[in-house]
Amino acid sequence: MSWMSSEEYANTTSYKLSLLSDTKRRGYKVSVKNLNSWFGSKQALKDINFDVKENTVTALIGPSGCGKTTLIRCLNRMNEMTSSATVKGSVYLDDIDIYASNVDPVIIKRRMGMVFQKPNPFPTMSIYDNVAAGLKLNGIRNKALIREIVEESLKGAVLWDEVKDELGKPGLSLSGGQQQRLCIARALAMQPEVLLMDEPTSALDPIASAKIEELMNELRKELTVIIVTHNMQQAARVSDYTAFMYLGELVEYGPTKQIFENPQKELTERYISGKFG
Amino acid sequence: MNNIENNYHHNIDHRKVIQDAIVRQSYKRKIVNRVFTGVTIVCVMLAMIPLGSILFEVVKNGISAISIEFLTQPQGSIIRGGGGVGPAIQGTLLTVGYASLIGVPIGILAGVYLSEYAGNSKFAYTVRFFNSVMTGMPSIVIGIVGYIILVITIGSFNITAGAVALSIIMIPIVVAVTEETLKLVPNSIREAAHSLGIPKWKVTLFITLRSAKNGVLTGIVLAVSRVAGETAPLIMTILGTSLFFQGFVSPVDALPLRIWRFASQPYEHAHSFGWGAALVLIIMVLSLSILLRFLVLEKSFRLGSLVKTRG
Repeated sequence: MSWMSSEEYANTTSYKLSLLSDTKRRGYKVSVKNLNSWFGSKQALKDINFDVKENTVTALIGPSGCGKTTLIRCLNRMNEMTSSATVKGSVYLDDIDIYASNVDPVIIKRRMGMVFQKPNPFPTMSIYDNVAAGLKLNGIRNKALIREIVEESLKGAVLWDEVKDELGKPGLSLSGGQQQRLCIARALAMQPEVLLMDEPTSALDPIASAKIEELMNELRKELTVIIVTHNMQQAARVSDYTAFMYLGELVEYGPTKQIFENPQKELTERYISGKFG
Repeated sequence: MNNIENNYHHNIDHRKVIQDAIVRQSYKRKIVNRVFTGVTIVCVMLAMIPLGSILFEVVKNGISAISIEFLTQPQGSIIRGGGGVGPAIQGTLLTVGYASLIGVPIGILAGVYLSEYAGNSKFAYTVRFFNSVMTGMPSIVIGIVGYIILVITIGSFNITAGAVALSIIMIPIVVAVTEETLKLVPNSIREAAHSLGIPKWKVTLFITLRSAKNGVLTGIVLAVSRVAGETAPLIMTILGTSLFFQGFVSPVDALPLRIWRFASQPYEHAHSFGWGAALVLIIMVLSLSILLRFLVLEKSFRLGSLVKTRG
């Protein structure tokens, strides 16, 4: 890579991406266009197209192995970290194609947070450090600011009241549900515009799941949430839009109410009514 | 679509065969169980005998030699005895410390490369192969290499030659342990870090390596303990002397060298000093591993607790 002048740098996609977008935008927050993905020679995603509006919760549902997780991992370029995976197509964040050749995947991930299936707090870090890690390792040194953001994020993840007196305890000392909210707080600390959640409640008991669902309702006001879930009731409860996937294809996508009450495709209806899956 | 029919039924005949086998084996199994447990206990005791008897002998014969003078003074008269092994203790600390400064960073970073960057490339395979060959390399050969490269060119036995030779012994151990421990760090931790938009080198250094810290430190202690007791490569590189550290182009002493020289002298007091030096070496290595383990357990959450006391 050659060094460029600051004017040149200001015109690069990477620089544009690193700026926060205006909150009031026309159009879609995330648009997926002709997205295909393979693991080795096996095709996992077939020509996926859909658009996600800002400040909504979108649920991806479908039977095991249908490509939900692959799809959500393609949205922040996490999928290509799996060595056998290849991705073709485009994903637009606002109006920038994150798969364009000159985009640095690291910058994408700063704007699109991710919460994983199993809670995965950093094992050697305290509760505080877990939330602060993203800030510190992205070069933020202002301790007072970090402290403020940590508190804000833990409050955002509805964990603050439970941990405020023991921030120095190891993150792993929390219960599973608390750990998952810690991971949400860790993602929120980076002030993402989009939060990708890959079956965030599948390892949790019903009470902890209910807390996370409530949380999603709150988060929708601030950011755009895309969630993969196995649990159709959960999709019906929390989401505004639902995408049904089957065998790597996006079968149907629309408002959640429509998908659950009046599906347009027979396959969707059969899945929703529990005839397979 | 996907209508699952339950085609599975217990086969009565199969069940009977299995039940018969279980009954037949039941008596035999109990005996085999006891014999197997007994054999493992006997083997544990066999393994402990040399360990226990070495420790016992070294303490019994060495404890009487140890005094403040023994730990701090250079060697006295060869014939009449007296003095101590001060230069050897100093030399071992300096040489092993110097070797660690060279070997530990190289070993850790090479292990990081193999685990985090190389994948299953041919190059990585070759490096792993040669690394395991190096683990078994006779240390006298490494001493000769140190002699040729750093003693002959510098024109004197010197500490750098010794440290380089020891670090060559350390590196393969540190590389192997680092790689193995890093591979034990679950991928979900790396993904979590990447999902925060942290660049890969920072993820590797501050998240992955930090998660594997205990294992890596154990590997370092293993490597340091191993080289602290090495004698052969030191004969070829630092030679040994009865003087304290004289500078970077003079011979340096070390405990294993001193033990060897004491043992080859025909005097009773020299033998006693040899045992004493051996005891000192064992205590040094032992306290190093206890200290490091203590640090590993204690420091894990220090940053967090600092925050807590402040808030």
